[in-house]
Amino acid sequence: MIEAFQKLGQYMQFPFVRYALIVGVLIALCSSLLGVTLVLKRFSFIGDGLSHVAFGAMSVAAVVGLTNEMFIVMPVTVVSAILLLRTGQNARIKGDASVALISVFALAFGYLLMNLFPTSSNVSADVCGTLFGSTSVLTLTEQEVWISAGLSLVTVVVFVLFYNRIFAVTFDENFSKATGIRTNLYNLIIAVVIAVVIVLAMNLVGSLLISALIIFPALSAMRVFKSFLSVTICSAALSVSTALLGLFASIMFGTPVGPTIVVAEAIAFAIFWIIGAAMGAKRK
Amino acid sequence: MEQLRCNDLTLGYENGAVVKNLSFSVSEGDYLAIVGENGSGKTTLMKTLLGLLKPLGGEIERGEGLRRFDVGYLPQQTLVQRDFPASVWEVVLSGCLSGEKFRPFYTKEDRKKARENLEKMGLTALKNRSYRELSGGQQQRVLLARALCATRKILLLDEPVTGLDPRVTIELYELIRKLNDEGITIIMISHDVSAAVKYANKILHIGRQTFFGSVKEYLDSDLGKSFTGKEESV
Repeated sequence: MIEAFQKLGQYMQFPFVRYALIVGVLIALCSSLLGVTLVLKRFSFIGDGLSHVAFGAMSVAAVVGLTNEMFIVMPVTVVSAILLLRTGQNARIKGDASVALISVFALAFGYLLMNLFPTSSNVSADVCGTLFGSTSVLTLTEQEVWISAGLSLVTVVVFVLFYNRIFAVTFDENFSKATGIRTNLYNLIIAVVIAVVIVLAMNLVGSLLISALIIFPALSAMRVFKSFLSVTICSAALSVSTALLGLFASIMFGTPVGPTIVVAEAIAFAIFWIIGAAMGAKRK
Repeated sequence: MEQLRCNDLTLGYENGAVVKNLSFSVSEGDYLAIVGENGSGKTTLMKTLLGLLKPLGGEIERGEGLRRFDVGYLPQQTLVQRDFPASVWEVVLSGCLSGEKFRPFYTKEDRKKARENLEKMGLTALKNRSYRELSGGQQQRVLLARALCATRKILLLDEPVTGLDPRVTIELYELIRKLNDEGITIIMISHDVSAAVKYANKILHIGRQTFFGSVKEYLDSDLGKSFTGKEESV
């Protein structure tokens, strides 16, 4: 055990490990904040759909040869988020179908592009890396760390400022509208923030696994806690700690970062589920 | 004093009108019950009164001193709320938010108002309980307290007793009557015609035939007789 910690201490000397930890914690924090709202609004799907869109945009950026992919990926994802949430409001089923439609198309289109215009000799490794995260969180440049940190800060500030209204709109959209809250504006803000979080999280866990980062902490916290505030705080804390655990584990055992974090989240969910069930049984 | 007057309203959605030529008015302290068959447009009317829908024709006039968002609303429960982690306090407090001014956090007055309305609805002991663990009647009282945080003038109630057992139904009706006695105008949509004629002072019946008038006039009308199941006059 002591040996493992010494090994960890050695790794911490490397700047890229420290970058990965900083960015990992920030992304985990941001993605968990809106998870509660997404799960409760029955929008869990949208995270998944958007991440596929981001993958498609990423391949376009790679083929065009942009040095910083963010400039294409971010706007495309934000616009898709706004479009998806808008259709979702009018009709639930239509929203579901459009998410599936867009996400599958973006995935296919992205892979096709990368095959047609390969940027390196090993296309499948590239694709696999983008989908499952692989090592990109360990190869972040200082500039990328600053961008991630800045966007995370903006996300947290927006969430705190609009927290009460996000709660009201999530709990009862019609009542909020009737009291004059501009629900469309808040749905828009939610959509934009989600898009930003997803693009950031692609670095950490890859585009296929992002939903886990958004949904698992919220669902775990909802098993045990009863108020919106406590669920939000618990899911943030849980998300950050499982991300850290997953990062450490993957550094020490040489496992891929994204899947390791997701497995840690799943274990945490199982534990919370058992605690919740035990509490429920006790009350009866 | 007249608070709301609807002139010749046509209500509905883009693909067609649900209700036509509807005129009625509500004065301060009134208790108006809106009754009618399923699909007659009761909920559409409520959404229009709340400003969630625009009327296709006609107009709604607001009396002096009544601003657009001075309407408290008790909606029907949604599916989302059944599994929603929120404490009673959080739900009631959220009624204090309004669109008029942007303030990110609740003020001291907001908290005071929420506490008073909790007390009034007899919920103080349940303040920290989770909304989803309450009984149906308790949940309705929480939503009433929230609506009271939003207004002191008009309350719109959409089928307030749906799914409640008979005893709790009577308790809720009595609670609503108490609020009405304190001077809050009540507009209630209801299936329950017998309760409507018992508690309300005005009836609006919409559907194939339309009626607007006092409860007594309604009971004397042919429409009222056929609907309350009393062929003989009362």
